[in-house]
Amino acid sequence: MAIFWVCALALSILLYVLLDGFDLGVGILYGFAREESRRTAMMTAIAPVWDGNETWLVVSGVILFGAFPVVYATLFSAFYLPVIFMLAGLILRGVAFEFRGKATQSRPLWDAAFFGGSLVAAFMQGLMVGALVEGLPISDGEYSGGALGWLSPFALLCGGALCFAYSLLGACWLIRKSKDELQETAYRIISRAAVGLAIILIFVFVCSVAEHLRVMSRWLERPYLLVFPMIGVAASIVLARSVRKHGDRAPFLMAALGFAAAFATFAITFWPYMIPFSITVDQAAAPHSSLAFMFWGAGIFILPLMHAYTAISYRVFRGKTEPAAGEY
Amino acid sequence: MSSVLLLSRLQFAFTISFHIIFPSLTIGLAAWLTVLEALFLATGRPTYRRLFEFWLKIFGVAFGLGVVSGIVMGFQFGTNWSALSKVAGPIQGPLLAYETFSAFYLEASFFGVLLFGRSRVRPWFYLFSTAMVALGTTLSAFWIMSNNSWMQVPLGYVVQNGTFVPKDWAAILFSPVLWVRFPHMYLASLITGSFCVAATGAWYVLRREFTAEARVMLHMGLYFAAVLVPIQLFFGHLNGDYVHKYQPAKFAAIEARWHDEQPAREVLIAIPDAASESNRYSISVPVLGSVIGSSSLHSKEVGLTDFPVKDRPPVALPFFTFRIMVGCGLVMLLLAWIGSYLSRKERLERSRSMLWLIFLSFPLPYIAILTGWFTAEVGRQPWVVYGLLRTAQAVTPTLTSRMALVSLCVFCAVYALIFVFGIVYIHKLLRAGPQGRLVAPVDSTSTRRPMAIVDGALPALEHATALPATPSAASPN
Repeated sequence: MAIFWVCALALSILLYVLLDGFDLGVGILYGFAREESRRTAMMTAIAPVWDGNETWLVVSGVILFGAFPVVYATLFSAFYLPVIFMLAGLILRGVAFEFRGKATQSRPLWDAAFFGGSLVAAFMQGLMVGALVEGLPISDGEYSGGALGWLSPFALLCGGALCFAYSLLGACWLIRKSKDELQETAYRIISRAAVGLAIILIFVFVCSVAEHLRVMSRWLERPYLLVFPMIGVAASIVLARSVRKHGDRAPFLMAALGFAAAFATFAITFWPYMIPFSITVDQAAAPHSSLAFMFWGAGIFILPLMHAYTAISYRVFRGKTEPAAGEY
Repeated sequence: MSSVLLLSRLQFAFTISFHIIFPSLTIGLAAWLTVLEALFLATGRPTYRRLFEFWLKIFGVAFGLGVVSGIVMGFQFGTNWSALSKVAGPIQGPLLAYETFSAFYLEASFFGVLLFGRSRVRPWFYLFSTAMVALGTTLSAFWIMSNNSWMQVPLGYVVQNGTFVPKDWAAILFSPVLWVRFPHMYLASLITGSFCVAATGAWYVLRREFTAEARVMLHMGLYFAAVLVPIQLFFGHLNGDYVHKYQPAKFAAIEARWHDEQPAREVLIAIPDAASESNRYSISVPVLGSVIGSSSLHSKEVGLTDFPVKDRPPVALPFFTFRIMVGCGLVMLLLAWIGSYLSRKERLERSRSMLWLIFLSFPLPYIAILTGWFTAEVGRQPWVVYGLLRTAQAVTPTLTSRMALVSLCVFCAVYALIFVFGIVYIHKLLRAGPQGRLVAPVDSTSTRRPMAIVDGALPALEHATALPATPSAASPN
């Protein structure tokens, strides 16, 4: 039962990172677009799907609460300020979709809210992942790091890295969804974002070697783990080639594959820990009666339906978006 | 009380009070939309269709604000109440997970059909989708109430290693407390919808606009309210019974009864004073307290001094909020009945004072809902899980008051911003009216128009349509 919910949780988080990742990325790129028409086109490319994407964050949160309450309580209280800022960012960018289209004088406000909210949310997510990789100070099952215990150069670097990575994913999404001038711009953005990401990842790597992170020793213990970074590298190469050839769909698929590889690397490196290296899946799992209660309703009926629904809605909104067609 | 605890409670109270405004409207509106769509299918009258399109836009905005502010609730148990999440997570977590899963799913997926599917699905399926959205909002309320009712009267659990482990889910889901509290909240939402609809109708009648639609809204809203409010008062009484039975300290606080009395007085109004354990300026009715508490003329009713000071809830807040709630309920009952009577006599539209009263009554259900929740939640103190876990023990142990202050300020700022714009936007939609007219003409009567001041003072929002305005297409396809 616990294994089922770990898998459900992992899948929800991966879906969240891939789906909200590209729309947060578009939100970040939005801040660098100057022309009104381009901004509208960017927003239109994600308008029909963004709220569905964010659903997966809530789903991940409640699976955590229901199935692994100890992790839910420990993580969110440890990451108090990052979670609050992430939520504030998500709220602001979410309402910006609704309000921007209707506003005239306040439009710059909602432009700023959309860009700023997306950037802050992405940065905070990266920062939290970074702090997790580095290891949260936990003693006797209780977070003991204080208000800023997650703050470190490494975590900040990871926050920056995720902003670049989401931008890359967002640009790939724009390629799929747009044509002509915006698409051309998106191809250019990809190379810049990729260079930025590569540089920052080198720093991240140097940092983790310098700090003797425990994660690194896990890789030496489990050499088969290197398969996933290899997949990531392969995906990047194909991505670069498809961008050069101006492929339409391949860039997004490859970027998504790269994300999935990175996610799998983390997940398998941490296993069996949910909070590395202090709380394991078994320690965190709720009693069997809680897990079973969720499994027989939500687990076997609703969760598969949600996946199906997500697939269907992406099919419905497939293809290029026409300017202004997506505004409802 | 430590400042961390106080700030966390303030933050929870603020965020959840903000949140509840929107679901209580959307639950009521979803039911109203289902009725409208069914009436349209049955009669083919374009008025119903126009009203449907109109209220769907307002539903959309309120729904969006509800979802956005609801995300915060899902994380707040972890950020501020981690000790509670750890020990009660095995029970509260699955209940809240079901809320997200079932309700969110139904609402989000079928809501998409409502927005985009009018021309793509058959009329019966469109009606079905509307009903599913209504079911989703209702289920949402059910799961939230099941969680909160468990915190009010915990059942079906065993304690293992200091955590509450669910032993009997049937006892939790069929708790008698849940099944009087959920209808109470559901009816409150339906009444909120009814009054908002009736008030909007009254507003248009006063402005002599959208005559056909205004009539339907005004009369249907009042008729619904006239039926629902008495039922609600009955369920309110049943809620009082559960408090009397399971939470005697809360009951005594609501009644401002400091000492045991037999037979007991009913304090109508007073200023409760915790320091002297007595009431000042009290006006009370003899024996009525026993009648209300135990339906008896002789019963002994429990006073607050039976409980140690550390187990007593604050008195003044539940005492006053309860009275405000009941007061709002009685005013709504009067308005609904008098309005319905005038409507039967075909005199309502000529009675401008009555129309004004109905128009101005739309905040009443909100005030009643908020004060009702304050009564329930403050009255439960000092417990977060009644009798088992104190609120002071539930707060995140590592939280500092500076962190809590930062988050409270962030939420206040963000919510203030989106609340102002949300309200301005809904107001714009209401101004535009059911015919999808974009901007009302400015004329000499504008100063007499309600809310005209607000309109001029805030940034202009043009083009107030959330949906392609569907003009009176009589054919359902």
